[in-house]
Formats: sequence, C-alpha cells, structure tokens
Amino acid sequence: MEPSEAELIAAVLQGDRASFEPLVVKYSPRVFATARRYARRESEIEDIVQEVWLKAFDKLKTFRGEAPFEHWLMRLAVRTCYDFLRGHQRNRVSSFSEISEPEEDWLERFVAEPGHTAEDADAAKLLIDRVLEKLSPEARLVIQLLEIEDRSVKEIAEITGWSVPLVKVRAFRARGEMRKILSRMTRDKYL
Amino acid sequence: MSLPELQKKLVAAARLKAPDERVPYAFEKRIMAQLAARPVADAWVFWARGLWRAAASCVAVALLLGAVSLLSPRVPAPGKDLSQDFENTLLASADLPDNSPP
Repeated sequence: MEPSEAELIAAVLQGDRASFEPLVVKYSPRVFATARRYARRESEIEDIVQEVWLKAFDKLKTFRGEAPFEHWLMRLAVRTCYDFLRGHQRNRVSSFSEISEPEEDWLERFVAEPGHTAEDADAAKLLIDRVLEKLSPEARLVIQLLEIEDRSVKEIAEITGWSVPLVKVRAFRARGEMRKILSRMTRDKYL
Repeated sequence: MSLPELQKKLVAAARLKAPDERVPYAFEKRIMAQLAARPVADAWVFWARGLWRAAASCVAVALLLGAVSLLSPRVPAPGKDLSQDFENTLLASADLPDNSPP
C-alpha cells in the first residue's frame, strides 16, 4: 500500500528526503499550469516551479495540515509567481506595434462585428496574453485570479496574504489599468 | 469600439485557454538532485556559528579596553585624583573651623 500524503510529509519532516519525490511527481502538473499563467518562456517557467518546490521543502514544517497540502502548495506557487512578476517588471515596457497579423485581423473583425467575434480564437488568446504582460504585477495577479480563474475576493486575500479591502482596491485599479491598456492598444491601431 | 466589450471578450478568451500541465521529462529527479546537493540544516551548527561570532566580538571588546587601560597614564597628576577630590568634598563640612559663639 502506498503511503498517504500526510505520511509522506511526516517522513520528510523526520529527515527522509526521498519521501518528497512522490509529492513532486503528483503536484508538478498543477504547479506548472499555474506558472504558465504568469510566465511565457519555458526556462522561466521551469525556474519558477523549481523555486516553488525548494521553498515547499524548506517551509514544510509550517504546513499544519489543517487545509489540504495542495492548497498550501498552490498558495506558495502563486506567491512565487508574483515575486517573479515583480522581479521582471522592466520587461513589460513595449508598444503594441509588434501585434501579429492574426491578432490584428481579430481586432479588425471585433471592430466591425463585436458580437460575432470568436473568443476561442488563438489570436484572442495571444492578445490577452499581450495585454496581461503589460499590467503591473499587482494588477496582473488580481485580474488572473479574479477575472480569469473566477476566484472570490476572500480566496484571493488568503492566497496573496493581502487584506480583503486591499484586494478590492487593487481589483478596481487593475480593471482601470487594463482598460487603459486596451484603449492605448486600439488607439495605436485605429486612430 | 466598445472597450468594456473588448475587455469581456479577451477575458473570456483567457478563460477558455486550457492550462498546460506538461512537466518536463524527469523534472522530479532534478528537484531531488537540487535538494540532495544542499547542506543539511543543523540547528546546532547555526547556534555554534552564532556563539563563535559573539565570542569573537567579546574578545575584540576586551582587547580594546585592555589597550585603553594600558595606554592611559597610571599615576594621576596632582589634584586630578578623583577619589581624593571626592573625599575632600565629602568631608569639607567636617574640616571647617567651628566659628559659632560659645
């Protein structure tokens, strides 16, 4: 019989490092999926995930077992991604002149017929990635968690460690920031 | 162009994007190798290091004070003896001649 998650964690805490490997195998897909929401380059994504696991190992004694290990790990993953965003702020400064042809076509179709433009098109996904990259780290995190992952304000407060009013304020500012970026993008293209 | 509508469309596009859960080959081995390469965290090592640092600073302070006491003049100049001054001040009233009428 395979040891349970709690048994594995207890073994790691007693000094058996090998017991950490099954946890890495089990949860790496989720951690990779989370990291890919915040970073684009595969090398950066791997660095983030590696940092998450090393932090998880170091901080394992702070895991009290009240919530599932997965929740604790995901909180750590999101915070690591946020640190990554803050560390790479300089890379955000760029113009919309490098929009690809499919993205431009999608925008033109949207301008002509807003109701009939497919949101599942690859071009739309590339465009939203571009817009998210231009947001500040706080705004990007809030938009990602609140708008895209559809999490509640309370959940976001727990994940980020921010207070509920702060999450609300940052959400308000993030929406404004996103609107500003969209208006700049469309102005660059259509005015 | 309606910006709120564009925002809604793009957010919907992001929601539709399936999260990519691919894990590079033998990634867990890489993590385990990283962990194995790290030194074992020993609480005693931490304490020993701290105590050695504290001991070093104590020795430095003791040496400094020793040097100051060695280099300072041993025999105080006349009138500069603090203990004598203190005694004189304390016994000043007793040394005064008694001028009160008999």
